[in-house]
Amino acid sequence: MPLTRRAALLGLTSAVSLSGLAGRASLALAAAPTDKRFVVVILRGAMDGLTVVPPYGDPGLRNLRAVLIPPLPGQPNGLRDLGGFYGLHPALTNMYAMYQANELLIVHAAAGPYRSRSHFEAQDYLESGADHRLTSGWLNRAVGALPSDQQAPTGLALAVSVTVPLVLRGPAMVGNWAPHGFSTPEPELYARIAQLNHDDRLTGPAIADGLRARAFAADVMPGAPDEKDRYAFPALAEAAGKLLGASDGPRIAAMEINGWDTHVAQMARLDQPLRQLDAGMGALKSALGPAWRQTAVLVMTEFGRTAHVNGDNGTDHGTATVAFALGGAVAGGHVRANWPGLGPGKLFENRDLAPTIDVREVAMGLLAGHLGLPSGALAQVFPGSATDAPMRGLLRA
Amino acid sequence: MDTQTAQALVRFGLGRRGDAALPADPRQWLLGQLRGPDPARIASEPSTAKGLAAVIADREQRRQARAATRLSTGAETPVARLGPNHAHEVYEADAKAELDNALTTPTPFRERLVWFWTNHFTVSIRQGGCQPLVGAFIEEAIRPHVTARFEAMLMAVMRHPAMLMYLQNAESVGPDSPAGQRTQRGLNENLARECMELHTVSPAAGYTQADVTNFARILTGWSVDLRGPSPGFLFRLMAHEPGSVTFMGLPFPPGEAGGVAALTFLANHPSTHHFLATKLVRQFIADDPPPHAVRRIEAVLRDSRGDLGAASGALVDLPAAWQPGSKYRTPQDYVIASARLLALDSSAIPALPGILAGLGQPLWNAPAPNGWSDKASDWAAPEAIMRRIDWSYGFAGRIGDHDPAELAEAALGPLLRPETLTAMQHAGSRRDAFTLLLTSPDFQRR
Repeated sequence: MPLTRRAALLGLTSAVSLSGLAGRASLALAAAPTDKRFVVVILRGAMDGLTVVPPYGDPGLRNLRAVLIPPLPGQPNGLRDLGGFYGLHPALTNMYAMYQANELLIVHAAAGPYRSRSHFEAQDYLESGADHRLTSGWLNRAVGALPSDQQAPTGLALAVSVTVPLVLRGPAMVGNWAPHGFSTPEPELYARIAQLNHDDRLTGPAIADGLRARAFAADVMPGAPDEKDRYAFPALAEAAGKLLGASDGPRIAAMEINGWDTHVAQMARLDQPLRQLDAGMGALKSALGPAWRQTAVLVMTEFGRTAHVNGDNGTDHGTATVAFALGGAVAGGHVRANWPGLGPGKLFENRDLAPTIDVREVAMGLLAGHLGLPSGALAQVFPGSATDAPMRGLLRA
Repeated sequence: MDTQTAQALVRFGLGRRGDAALPADPRQWLLGQLRGPDPARIASEPSTAKGLAAVIADREQRRQARAATRLSTGAETPVARLGPNHAHEVYEADAKAELDNALTTPTPFRERLVWFWTNHFTVSIRQGGCQPLVGAFIEEAIRPHVTARFEAMLMAVMRHPAMLMYLQNAESVGPDSPAGQRTQRGLNENLARECMELHTVSPAAGYTQADVTNFARILTGWSVDLRGPSPGFLFRLMAHEPGSVTFMGLPFPPGEAGGVAALTFLANHPSTHHFLATKLVRQFIADDPPPHAVRRIEAVLRDSRGDLGAASGALVDLPAAWQPGSKYRTPQDYVIASARLLALDSSAIPALPGILAGLGQPLWNAPAPNGWSDKASDWAAPEAIMRRIDWSYGFAGRIGDHDPAELAEAALGPLLRPETLTAMQHAGSRRDAFTLLLTSPDFQRR
């Protein structure tokens, strides 16, 4: 695959320029016979919708989780108001600008078809697009089902990750571009590794020292590798934007960010992945240039988190959460929900935000309305959910 | 999987390959590998002839480049390469083929022995000319002898052009030999010293500098022919120190036979048996070799006149070798075990040589003739483990559809601690879970 040349043409200098970036984030791209661009971002680990888009107007919220809500709108570092009932986490500055420009639509109290609360199963179902595990992903099947009468762009499909995520795996051709070099885990994962080795007389002290030494190095050497890695996702998103923005480039991309599994100290831990996501969406928009007008991005996570705070100022595996649809082609500027409420008796299984919208409806709405996927193909892209109507009104007229 | 089986796979072997069938009887599985034959098929078919041809081609190329430079500029220096780097091409093909064999071999205990003896008789590509010869060295001098008598391996090693070039015996000239008289060149004691110190009797034998010098005299003439019709080992009588020599209290005759006799003496020396037993026990039991285990292996070597197959089998029969977790995986151990777990071959992980280098153990590139350390303390420096963690995280991206818990069970069976499994079950993604498995103390040890 002459990807290096292509990357060079697009100003991505070389694969080396992205080395180490696939750590906590990765990217896959696919060609498709359309001028529309479609990007799926998977947030692995279960993003807490109630902290990222808190329904501050719901009196139940403060009773459940006062310590996990940013300050109210208008206060220093407070929520960005989304119309008097919902607020947007203050870390999402680019995305708030998109909301104000009617380019960001938030779907709340949404969930996939699974209720297992297991990350791996839920991610598989989310990416399979079904209530069981399939060997191909819904995005790949959608690529295969797109009408082929239009002239196919010569752009190549690729994954900027060691493997293509399940959502884009399947019979339709998708390439793979694995950056070399080392990548680094999330601070959270380092902490778990250190904990797991804590009692080992050999590896325990060595890992503790190693983490200390690196923190010291990062402090005394600003701009050292840690800094670069902190911006791994934005760099990949920028690369994706350049590739998708090219007239003969790929049209479909899948990306992922780890680090959302905030069982402990959620307010502090969530800040970093949110900033990555936000910077990434901003970078994607800039890099796409004029093609942003033709772009829709779906950001989704496998499930939400408990409505209650746990004993570690974090939250555990839950059910419904938020999904984002954004891009120049998206009719945004509002929050769409059938708000189930957080009061007594309103929670799903007495613990989670109740699911009221199937995220597959959002995906189907974008595939049909944006990419022009024939309605007959939706059943094969999302088997078992053909009766669910694609969500309407997601796109600009 | 029972503990014995798991231990056979990780302690004696190179880690389970995927979910390959488990041996019915772990002990018999190990002993059967010693009975051979070695199933290794090294795809690049390394040979000394091919390696030396590359050395010769590169030298000729450099000679022409120098001549061209001299002609055009009058200068003696800058020498730009005129064509391909033959030595490097051979090295790359051999490294890939040997790694492929390590990833796929159904006789991983035997392969671990090949690694062990290759490291014992280190030839490093840091030395010019050795690059295209290490593969051939392993296939010709090491692999055929891992279950043979030590004497046979030692003889094959000391006659191999790779070793003669690495430790520069090829350039050693007897001062009183015709070549020495003519050129004023002299002894190079390097190979003689390392052969005694690192390969055979070790300093514990109490030899003197005079013994080293005399052994170097005995070995003069053991050289490499790069000019004749069939390049390879050559005994250069013209460079050989004349006269018989007293070495470690014994007289040795002149000629090639003197060297053979001295090596036979060293190979079967009690100090050699003790030294080899200590290193084998360190490899298979613990960094601080238990004396009783050393004594047992030493006795087997003594009673069998250095039968390495018998000594390896005796290791299997030592109860201490079945105590889990007492060895720490070196980077090579660790990376190969990880890749075997996902049943990869070298084409699926082409960056393997670079990975090993990045983790501090570049293939066939030990800094000194004593080879890579076999002690945890030399591999568990903080930044070394951090790099191991970072690599693991990148590698864990390959988990695909595997169930992390199933991988953990396949890799370690009962050697997996419950807390590791619990941590994996609480991970936010398959990749994180697999990272936790790879970086757990359970998997980092063998």
